[in-house]
Amino acid sequence: MASTTAIGDVQGQPAVSVVPRPSVIEVHDLTRRFGELTAVDSISFDVREGEVFAFLGPNGAGKSTTINMLCTLAHPSAGQVTIAGFDVAARPKAVRRNIGLVFQDQTLDDRLTAQENLRFHAVLYRVPSREVDARIARVLELVDLGDRRYDLVSEFSGGMARRLEIARALMHVPRVLFLDEPTIGLDPQTRALMWEDVLRLREEAGVTVFLTTHYMDEAEYADRIAIIDHGKIVALDTPRALKAEIGADTVELGTTDDAAAIAALERSGYRVEAVAGGARVFVENGENAVAALIDAAGVPVLNVHVHRPTLDDVFLHYTGREIRESHAEAIPARVRAWHGRRR
Amino acid sequence: MSSAALHPRIAEGPDTVLRDELRTTGMVWLRELIRFERTRTRILSGLIQPVLFLIVLGYGMSGLVGSTAGFDFKKFMFPGIMAMSVVTTAIFSGMSIVWDREFGFLREMLVAPTSRASLALGKTAGGATVAAVQGTIMLALAPLIGVHLTALLVLEIIGLELLMAIALTAFGVFVASHIERMEGFQVVMQMLLFPMIFLSGALFPLNALPGWLTVLTRINPLTYAVAPLRQVVFAAQHMPPEARKRFPATVEVFGHTLSVGTEIGIVVVFAAIFIALAIRGFSRTE
Repeated sequence: MASTTAIGDVQGQPAVSVVPRPSVIEVHDLTRRFGELTAVDSISFDVREGEVFAFLGPNGAGKSTTINMLCTLAHPSAGQVTIAGFDVAARPKAVRRNIGLVFQDQTLDDRLTAQENLRFHAVLYRVPSREVDARIARVLELVDLGDRRYDLVSEFSGGMARRLEIARALMHVPRVLFLDEPTIGLDPQTRALMWEDVLRLREEAGVTVFLTTHYMDEAEYADRIAIIDHGKIVALDTPRALKAEIGADTVELGTTDDAAAIAALERSGYRVEAVAGGARVFVENGENAVAALIDAAGVPVLNVHVHRPTLDDVFLHYTGREIRESHAEAIPARVRAWHGRRR
Repeated sequence: MSSAALHPRIAEGPDTVLRDELRTTGMVWLRELIRFERTRTRILSGLIQPVLFLIVLGYGMSGLVGSTAGFDFKKFMFPGIMAMSVVTTAIFSGMSIVWDREFGFLREMLVAPTSRASLALGKTAGGATVAAVQGTIMLALAPLIGVHLTALLVLEIIGLELLMAIALTAFGVFVASHIERMEGFQVVMQMLLFPMIFLSGALFPLNALPGWLTVLTRINPLTYAVAPLRQVVFAAQHMPPEARKRFPATVEVFGHTLSVGTEIGIVVVFAAIFIALAIRGFSRTE
């Protein structure tokens, strides 16, 4: 098994190394049936060491069932899952010692301090006694809660509690961190902080992150995205590749004479279709094409709308429906900036 | 700064290591104590009910029953009230699993790569310690009631309280592992706890009851936990024979007066059964 790479070996390497990293999660023909219903239908995929892997899908698509099976909390009806080299069905405890779990619902004891919650976890996950103190300091620092070590969890905000749960999940140095809807119920700013944490963890602790989400804008930050619908994986690739797959940018022009404009644009070699209120043109780069398009239209242009494919479009393309009305909650600029630095 | 603290990974190794399981049990035990120490209101409310019983019933009944050779009903009730305090706290502590479930922490315990038995034992040990402490606090009322304490008696009381608390906390864990919602907790308290206390001899002597009631008291495990507590307390008091006759401390089964040793044996058996049930119940909890 090649996945014994220690954190130190991974650290300091460029994000994309020449040698493909070993798989830390291997899923083969995983199936889960509930009576007549097949919630998860023979899915297969691998997650590589150090990857941020997002599992995306509408409610009821099989997202939770899948993550539960990977975490040994539900038994597969068929198929095989290996995590860090251990089979989830045969060695559930070994798997659990190698994974960190953060659930949608809080699982902290709010009558205990941050440190006491972490210590409790450390003992249950067999962290050697002499290492516990150093690790508490380390994981709290990772989620920026170093100064709240001795505070009662009941005094924490929702976002702080979620970060403490992530810190706790890291106490036993898991190979994979599972986050089930980690940003659900958090305000946009806290969600941004949350993402900083997640991306920093991968960078500093070298941990593989497997997360589910239904926020399309967040999935952009993953290295790879799997879209699950009706129990099947309908798409699996990098965000960039997924967007490229469904096509180029579109520019919509509203003009004084749409029919004339469409005819003129087609004569100029553009791919055009008529839409309500104007002409839709397919181009390589929408923003750069605007000036040329206005020129080519030959009639006065009243308005221009440039549309670049988003993961929402990807999702719509593969599942035939919108994931949710969550698009309006755009991710704050500071995460974009932070994220940009990472690349 | 460095990631050294996060470096060694614990991947290999067997699923169950005794030393680690004991550490887990110890940690769950410690959590119960920390929570108890932090919940002052719970300590206080745990005292109010028994004190109320002692004052209202004790003084009230003492007026009705009168005293024999200076020994009155309050003194008779005192060990029973202590037992009541221990039992209530113990069952509450065991059943705090229902709260753990409600507030999510149960999940943190259940998904851990540890044996469920270690968790159930830790919960039982923790709850039992808390209950014994709560019962021992009641000793502060002894001088007020006129109950004479010796160092040996205090040790005997603590020992008996611990045993009783272990049995009842395990019972609470067992019951809680079969309850999904908070409402179920109220039902159990009403249907189980109060009848058990009332039929245990904590509040009145069990001899000279109608036949059917006698049967109920004798199949009540609590009866065998309350009696030895009263016996050791009475043994340390100056009680003339007529007072001993008026206020009997012992329990008779089929005409035999049970010794403290026999009663302790019965409670140990019950404790063992409840612990086994608690472990089984907890292991099946999802």
